[in-house]
Amino acid sequence: MDVLRIATAGSVDDGKSTLIGRLLFETNSITKDKLEALEKASQRKGIGFLDLSLLTDGLIAEREQGITIDVAHIYFNTPKRKFIIADTPGHVEYTRNMITGASKANVSLILIDARHGIVEQTYRHFLIASLLCVPTVVVCINKMDLVAFSEKIFNNIQADFENLATSVDGFKPQLIFIPISSLLGDNLTSLSLQTPWYTGHSLLHILEHIQAVEPVSKKESRLPIQYVIRPRNERFHDFRGYAGRLLSGRLAVGDPVTVLPSGRSTRINKLLQYTHELQEAVAGQSFTLTLEDDLDISRGDMLVKSDEVPKVISEFKSDVCWLHQQPLLTNKTYLLQHGTSRTKAKVTHIQYVVDPIFQRKIESRETLGMNDIARVILRTAKPLPIDPYRVNKANGSFILIDETTNQTVGVGLNAL
Amino acid sequence: MNEYLKEFPRELEDEAIYIIREAAAQFERPAILFSGGKDSITLVRLAQKAFYPGKIPFPLVHIDTGHNFEETILYRDWLVENVGADLIIGSVQDDINAGRVTEEQGKFASRNALQTVTLLRIIEEHKFDACLGGARRDEEKARAKERIFSVRNDFGQWDSKNQRPELFDFLNGRIQPGENVRVFPISNWTELDVWNYIREEELPLPSIYFAHERAVLERDGVLWPYADFVYKDSKEKLIPRQVRFRTVGDMSCTAALPSSASTIEEIIEEIIAATVSERGTRLDDKRSEAAMEQRKTNGYF
Repeated sequence: MDVLRIATAGSVDDGKSTLIGRLLFETNSITKDKLEALEKASQRKGIGFLDLSLLTDGLIAEREQGITIDVAHIYFNTPKRKFIIADTPGHVEYTRNMITGASKANVSLILIDARHGIVEQTYRHFLIASLLCVPTVVVCINKMDLVAFSEKIFNNIQADFENLATSVDGFKPQLIFIPISSLLGDNLTSLSLQTPWYTGHSLLHILEHIQAVEPVSKKESRLPIQYVIRPRNERFHDFRGYAGRLLSGRLAVGDPVTVLPSGRSTRINKLLQYTHELQEAVAGQSFTLTLEDDLDISRGDMLVKSDEVPKVISEFKSDVCWLHQQPLLTNKTYLLQHGTSRTKAKVTHIQYVVDPIFQRKIESRETLGMNDIARVILRTAKPLPIDPYRVNKANGSFILIDETTNQTVGVGLNAL
Repeated sequence: MNEYLKEFPRELEDEAIYIIREAAAQFERPAILFSGGKDSITLVRLAQKAFYPGKIPFPLVHIDTGHNFEETILYRDWLVENVGADLIIGSVQDDINAGRVTEEQGKFASRNALQTVTLLRIIEEHKFDACLGGARRDEEKARAKERIFSVRNDFGQWDSKNQRPELFDFLNGRIQPGENVRVFPISNWTELDVWNYIREEELPLPSIYFAHERAVLERDGVLWPYADFVYKDSKEKLIPRQVRFRTVGDMSCTAALPSSASTIEEIIEEIIAATVSERGTRLDDKRSEAAMEQRKTNGYF
């Protein structure tokens, strides 16, 4: 059974929580006691109907203010697959959470209120999906019941959105448009009689059939070493295993491999998953391997096939999103975490900041504030085997940590 | 029925093992919080796999309320022996005797809340900088908001509004002295995922998960297990019923479920058909809508 990771995004009150609540309800994923708790909570808030957003707004502060502050994770199954929804808030000040939720997504779900069409947040959401190279964006044009299920309105919004998508300079996700009413359930789990002009499938059908696994196993092999296993007991006296999770590509027994940054080479002897020996490991798998020769390898090193060696670089251009209240300062030292390695790093230059609404590039900035997205140049103390994000997502991303507060302050996607 | 729901998504295991190895690599003194329940049993198996053929490089910590099911304790001691791990027991009774906490009184008295004090004491005494737990996000709505590496301050508190963003698979475990991190490797698993994993891995479980006959108290439509430390007034009668437990906590806060499921297969069928959620049998969550968030803010698991 595979897993589809979905990121949802929308503006305030465009019906996102209602949509998720509906999906859970219609797939029998919400139990009686949770429904009863919801009824009670809705009554306490003085509302006559079931407020499904109370299901996902798990924090006291969220329920008090009636808004979603933080990323919530929601799980459900259908006969086809397991779904994990990262439900992210639509407020401007929470862009960083939207990026967090979308970072692992196979699909981004963007909601648009049919009465209002494309709004400021729509630009931001699409830009983030494009920046993170989310393969598919499903655009749900919601509240169709409030515009008499008008085909014309749906087509106009679709055309506006396609224009917006063309204007974004970067990765172009596959776009799917669907007219829905999350309140009444139209086109959610079955096709609605109200939209005979709509030729596509229901939302659930679309989500069940989208390709979940990106073909990362076809990319070049990248294995960050996480942990060295040395049991030192009688049975495994000389055992020296290198444990990790393969970011991309494939590794097989007998493959010639190179360790970075040292550049030394050997062959794979064994691939172990617990007591089970593998002939070949593919992207996503956690395992332990042994090598034919004893090389000096430790956590933070990267192992790759000898004919797939990446460039090891210490200066590169990246798109960075700033996540913290304390601004990014150029030439301040941060810790950069890439794979399992950490090294000191500085942003030496901010080339431009992206204005997501007007697609402008704002130049000559010395600092970045929270939620800013910018193209920067970085320099690292240790050279890194980093790929361009567009070529290899898992090995093209990194985070920045403030050494004094230990907070995760930025996320970067390597551009070159 | 529903054969498709009985397959465990293996990528969840790869993710959990990755998280456990990150905890081992990023911290100096991690520990596994072991309750004897199915989630922590799953966690121990994952840790075994993560470090094979080496041993699990951290101890198991059991916060013992003294109100345990006997079957859980037997199982715990067998498991510790079987995996060759060290066991550290934090006794709630010790904290009661020392006057650090006061026992609740009355019909709904439970030692559930008192555990937090014992847990924080053990963390401090052993200088643990990371505690791995079997909590899952699908259990409860406050848990749905918690990070995989969840930083706790000097007082063990969770600050829900000031959490580090977790992007891609990056885990940032850097902390100040005195702080510690709760690590949740099976965050993204559901109850059904855990049961399917237990079935596929053929993990033995404490017997109370399976249907058995037990004398219980029926109170407000809930079946309570009985032991001499459980409150019972003179009018209440013990009735023998066929039951099992869906979650395993302290005896004073875990309700029994009428059930005839005596194999893992039957339990999985029962869960797929269930109309009540897993924590619907946990009386500790029912105290208020925000019971879990409030306990976490105070340092709970």
